[in-house]
Amino acid sequence: MAEDTFLTDDFVRQLTAVGGVDIVVGLPTFNNRATVGRVLNAIQVGLAKYFPRERSVLINPDGGSTDGTPELVRTTTVEHYETLLAASPLRTFQRVSTVYPIGHGSGLAWRTILAAADLLGAKACISLSPDLESITPEWVDALVRPIYKEKFDFVAPIYRRHKFDGLLIKNVLWPLIRATYGSDIREPTATEVGLSGRLASHLAAQDVWRQTDTSQEGLRLWMTTLALVGNYRVCQAFLGPKTLGRNTARHDIVATVRQAVGELLRCLEAHEAFWMNRSGSQPTPVFGFQYGVAVEPVRINRARLLQTFRTGAAELASVLQSILTPTTLQQIQQVAALDDREFRFPDDLWVKTIYEFAASYHHSVINRDHLLQALVPLYQGRVASFVLQHYRAGAEEVEQHLEALSRRFEELKAYLVEGWTAKK
Amino acid sequence: MWQYIVGTLSTTLSQFFRGIMGLLPRLVAVLIIIVIGWVGAFILQWILKKVLAWVRFNALFRNTSLIPTLRKAALPPPDELLARLVFWGVGLGFTFLASSSLGIFGLQEEVSKIILFIPQLVVALLVLLLGLLLANFFGRATLLAAVNANYASPRFLSNVVQFLIVIFAATMALDQLGVGHRVVLIAFSISFGAVMLGLAIAFGLGGRDVARRILERQFPEKKKEEEDEISPL
Repeated sequence: MAEDTFLTDDFVRQLTAVGGVDIVVGLPTFNNRATVGRVLNAIQVGLAKYFPRERSVLINPDGGSTDGTPELVRTTTVEHYETLLAASPLRTFQRVSTVYPIGHGSGLAWRTILAAADLLGAKACISLSPDLESITPEWVDALVRPIYKEKFDFVAPIYRRHKFDGLLIKNVLWPLIRATYGSDIREPTATEVGLSGRLASHLAAQDVWRQTDTSQEGLRLWMTTLALVGNYRVCQAFLGPKTLGRNTARHDIVATVRQAVGELLRCLEAHEAFWMNRSGSQPTPVFGFQYGVAVEPVRINRARLLQTFRTGAAELASVLQSILTPTTLQQIQQVAALDDREFRFPDDLWVKTIYEFAASYHHSVINRDHLLQALVPLYQGRVASFVLQHYRAGAEEVEQHLEALSRRFEELKAYLVEGWTAKK
Repeated sequence: MWQYIVGTLSTTLSQFFRGIMGLLPRLVAVLIIIVIGWVGAFILQWILKKVLAWVRFNALFRNTSLIPTLRKAALPPPDELLARLVFWGVGLGFTFLASSSLGIFGLQEEVSKIILFIPQLVVALLVLLLGLLLANFFGRATLLAAVNANYASPRFLSNVVQFLIVIFAATMALDQLGVGHRVVLIAFSISFGAVMLGLAIAFGLGGRDVARRILERQFPEKKKEEEDEISPL
């Protein structure tokens, strides 16, 4: 490990008392008292049921909760194992908590988990979100088994989502990663991931941890791309629907685009040599039976999406001129002029827009943060178009469209390379 | 008497011609220095332009808003601007130095004043340039934030921010030049206050109905807007 001075003496003492383990479960928390009990129960039952002989430990880095979350993590136990497992667990469920100072960024929680996995010599390390409502003990098995039994290094989840949920992933992150890195990772920013001990040690040794401004989404995206670039064995595990607690903070679209898209473009720059000459993509193995499930309907303010897009296309013309080619900008303005009922942001135009943004980001044609903010209204337009197009469509039809979109990203990759390598 | 007049005239004329004869070579020398100075400045400008183009000097500013700002201010790109500044600096420097060597009473002092004023002029120009750059940056940041926050008049907000920063920079630049220290500051304060007071009066009295409509649109009564339930991630 590159540097372990960030770990407190007390935390290292607790780790030393634990000794070597097979499985590390990371659970970063911050004021999650309402939901963390359920998550802990699922973890305990999952480990006892699917990995009864393996030594495991829960690592809980807490960001300074004031609602007693760390105390709850230390004390929550499953009352009646017999009714759940028809047996008692063979091993004690060990847990180690540490509080990291507020303001040190979300990276410290991840770094603590990875460093603990490295120090304890764990074979597998998984991370779970503390505000999950829909977690079951099977999630632990789904994330650990491919690593523990099948020798994979990185397990990304697949969730059953509403057709309009996660549209930034579906329209930008997933297809762009697939077209560049050549891997089909459906959830590149998920909290629920599994890592081999080897990959955890590799990530812990990276130099990125000193940056305190990296977001959770950004870090997870960075880990995904590093696993792909490092030729680690990558797979996906189906977890079912993902429901978060009611108090979970909603994503602010501007911040999310800046963090997630910004991080992906930074990764593309760092891994240029890896993806530049690569073509096509390989399917990533998926573990678990993908069952269908009815998801709750969601509310979408289409009028506001369209308004933001139209205002952006009109008012940001001077900014977009520096980023997009005249043809693309003209086509976007033509789309903005369409009537609500006929409104469509075509796939090819969207792919070219994203590629031109990526190339302009690489060439730093304007301040990079401004560039990412200029993408937000265009993304809103794309979301509005997607929603209008698939309002009455079934999940299967939406999936077919997303697959076609990803293929267009792959087919037009030469356009990205051309813009990326062009001298500006 | 006649002899006295003739003597005085001849003395005066001989003194005048001696003065002319003394000045002429210096004048010719000064002219030669000035010509050499301007020719040298031209050659230096030409060489500098070639070197800056060769080292791709403008590329250093591609991720800043300097080039668009210069374009907006009807100024040439950075390499051309630097070459022109060197041309004028060298040319004028030779002219001033040569003029002061003429030995004309008072001219030397005035030339010294002008030379001492040049650093202030350069600082003032830099302040103005920095102001234009900051105005451009913050104007764009405001425009993007306003568009993404769905404000009714994003361009207006952006222009107000740009205008205020430019005015502030211009005031500082004029102050640096010593152009009516107090007058500039007072004028700025009065203008700024007048704008704000004007807006307040316009909203409060002149356009009561319009102001009410705008305020109602900006701050609608607790009619809660439909929130999205979808998550981008």
